[in-house]
This record gives sequence, structure tokens and C-alpha cells, in this order.
Amino acid sequence: MNYVIQIMGPLLEGTGVTLQVFLITFVLAVPLGLSLALLRVSGFAVVGGLVNGYIWLMRGTPLMLQMLFIYFALPFVPVIGVRLPDFTAAIVAFVLNYAAYFAEIFRAGIQSIDRGQYEGARVLGLSYTQTMRRIVLPQVFKRILPPMSNETITLVKDTSLIYVLAMNDLLRAARGIVQRDFTTTPFVVAAAFYLVMTLVLTLAFQHLEKKYAVYDE
Amino acid sequence: MIHALDVHKRFGAMEVLKGVSLDVGKGEVLAVIGPSGSGKSTFLRCLNHLETIDRGRIDIEGETLVAPGENHLSRYVADADIRRICRKMGMVFQHFNLFPHLTVLQNLIEAPLTVKGLPRADAVAKADALLRKVGLLDKRESYPARLSGGQKQRVAIARALAMEPDIMLFDEPTSALDPELTGEVLRTIRELAEERMTMLVVTHEMAFAREVASRVVFMDGGEIVEARPARELFAAPEHPRTRAFLENML
Repeated sequence: MNYVIQIMGPLLEGTGVTLQVFLITFVLAVPLGLSLALLRVSGFAVVGGLVNGYIWLMRGTPLMLQMLFIYFALPFVPVIGVRLPDFTAAIVAFVLNYAAYFAEIFRAGIQSIDRGQYEGARVLGLSYTQTMRRIVLPQVFKRILPPMSNETITLVKDTSLIYVLAMNDLLRAARGIVQRDFTTTPFVVAAAFYLVMTLVLTLAFQHLEKKYAVYDE
Repeated sequence: MIHALDVHKRFGAMEVLKGVSLDVGKGEVLAVIGPSGSGKSTFLRCLNHLETIDRGRIDIEGETLVAPGENHLSRYVADADIRRICRKMGMVFQHFNLFPHLTVLQNLIEAPLTVKGLPRADAVAKADALLRKVGLLDKRESYPARLSGGQKQRVAIARALAMEPDIMLFDEPTSALDPELTGEVLRTIRELAEERMTMLVVTHEMAFAREVASRVVFMDGGEIVEARPARELFAAPEHPRTRAFLENML
């Protein structure tokens, strides 16, 4: 027990990094994903095609590769080439990657809304924007809660990939101690930390689902 | 109120409207009847721009919605004008299309608030009056899923009326209902007719058409075969197609 308390410091620090990557990614990737989905269903073929290409690229290559590319290769790309600090590079990669997944969830949600809802709104005089904001998206949010919960929990665990940019997230901190002290206890503690984080998310999503359950469809 | 002239509409290779012309005067109640696939719902949906027409013209209350342009193809007026003109018409659908995430009251005040910019108190007062009128004031806080089909359709009618339209379009308002629930919806429509609301009702309810409609329009194969006062048409249909259809229905 004393040992656990002793290693708590570095593990908590790692958890801080993990939580930062998670929160910033979530806060930025959700609106970006929603915007991509709205562009995708907007009916402009060229725009929709570009979004499709983007999603294909982001889902079709490993997140780790994207992170390495943005950190190591981006500085050498003409015009857009910039050298980003490691944390920023990781965030950019995570946001771009997760926005693609969120976009697909939003798209599926938007397309699952019955055409009658658009027509009902239209004959009342609502514009397309008003229809989306007031009628369609509120219903989409309810329907996509289960896949969003899934993806969000995956994001918590995916944050451990930032070790490739030599950042001390929770898992890398634990591994450092394991290699130093020749004991696997830090792994167990790290697992407990991940479980607590994902439990909080699970409960939060359950709460949202319950809140939205006031109406049936 | 409505002037439709030689309206043509095709879906791919299928011509669903083959030159439909119809004039509807103020306070008239038209029942549009005919076999399924005759184009009656499509015609109704063309009137408020849920479908676009290929050829012909439509004027609503003297304002042009769409008119023949170059090479006889129809040209619509600007988008803002389309929306303004179509707002004069309310519509009730076969499948209600209520907003499931909003309560009955919220369904009624949504458009008055966001489209008309009405103060909330006024919109709520108006909605309450309409709910009382359709006999559903006690359901104002319910979500649509908690209502019966007949109640849903009466809410849908109240929701359309909340925008104070001059014309009401009904697209088979009772077709999705259990037979014992059609009566309450038809009663509500009949009350509107008594208030001299201008209405077009696409329906399969022959008894309703006979009793409530001032004129009955019989459509078949994308054309209006006959449009005559209800009593005349039911008593002595002129066209053999009308006769055959009515014999099948009654």
C-alpha cells in the first residue's frame, strides 16, 4: 500500500496529461465532426466528395502514423509546413482523426431522421438552418448517444498513443515505473485509473440517455 | 385563392401529372378523390412546393409561385418569395409529422416563435386557444408518442392553424388512422369548413367528401377527370372512369 501511495505522484501527473489530451480533443473534435457531417449532407456534391475523401484518409490510416507525420514530416511539407510542439502536434492529430469518426456518427444520425420531419418543418415556414437546429439535430443527439459513448471511451484509451512523441501520459508513466522497480503494480494502478475515467464517462452518457428518454419516437 | 394551370410533373420516366388545371375560390372546400397513383397527393404537394413542377403555372392568392419561362419549362420565383407565398398554406400529412422531441404545446409554438418572431406569451395564448378548439388542451404538456393517432392528427391540424394560413391542404389525413379514430379528425376538419376555411382535402373517405366538400375533384392517371359540386358528382358521375371508381368505393 505504501508503494502504491509512493508511485501515485507520477501516475497522477500522467493522468493529468491523459485528461488534457482527452478533453481538448473531445471539445474540438465534436463540433468539427458535426460541421463535416453537415457539409456532407448539404447536397453540394463537390463538398460532400471532399468530406468523404477526408474521412477516408483519416479513418484509413493509423492515428499513430498521423501523429508521427504531423510532428516529424509536416515541417518539411511545402507551404503548410510548420513545426509544432509535441503536445500541439498530438492534439492536432487527435482532433483531425476523431472528427472523422464523429462526422460519420453525426451523418448516420442525421440521415436516420425521417423525411417527414423536414417536410413538417418546411410547410411551417422554417428555413433549412432553422429545421436543422431546432428540429433535426436535437433528435440526432438522442439517437447518437450510444455510438458517441463508445467512441468517447475509445478516445480515453487512445490517448496512450501519445507516448510515441515521448509525452508522459498515464500509461507511459506507469511503464517507466515498471521498468525502474521491476514490479507490475503500476500497471494495475494505471488500469484502475483508466477504469475510473471510463466509468465516469459511462455514467455521464447514461445520465444523458435517461434525460432524453422523456420522449419516445 | 389557388390558380393552377396545365401543371405537368414527371418522376423520371413516369409522368404523374399530365396537365392539371384547377381554380379554388375563397371558402371552398375541395375533396380530391381518385385511385392511388392518380397523382392527387403529388398535385397537392406541388401547390406548396414540396414537389417542383416541370411545366405549367401556379398562382396563390394572385401571386405567382411558378410560371412558364423559356421553352415552356416552368420557372419559380425567388426562394424568399416561394417561402413567403407558401406560408399562406398550412399542410396536414398522412403521417402527422409531429416533432417527437417537443411537447404538444412546443409543437404548436415552434413556428410562430422562430418563423414569425411572435412574443412567447402571444404564441402560447394562441396555441392554447387552438388546443381548446381541437379538444386537446389537457394534452399540451404531453409528447406526441403518448397520443393516439387521432389526437396526433388533431395536434397536427392545430399546429398548421397556429401559423394562421389562408388555405389548408390535407394529404390523406385519416389514411394512417384506425377506423374508429377517423371520426374525430373528420369532425375537426368539418368544423374548419363551417368557419369557411379554404381547404383541399385529398381523401378516400367518400362519405366525408359528399357531406363536407363544396366540390369534388376526381383524378385518375395524372389528370382531373371531373370536378363538380359534390352532390352532382356522387349522384350522377359524368365520366365512365368516375362511375367505375365510385362503384368500387361504395
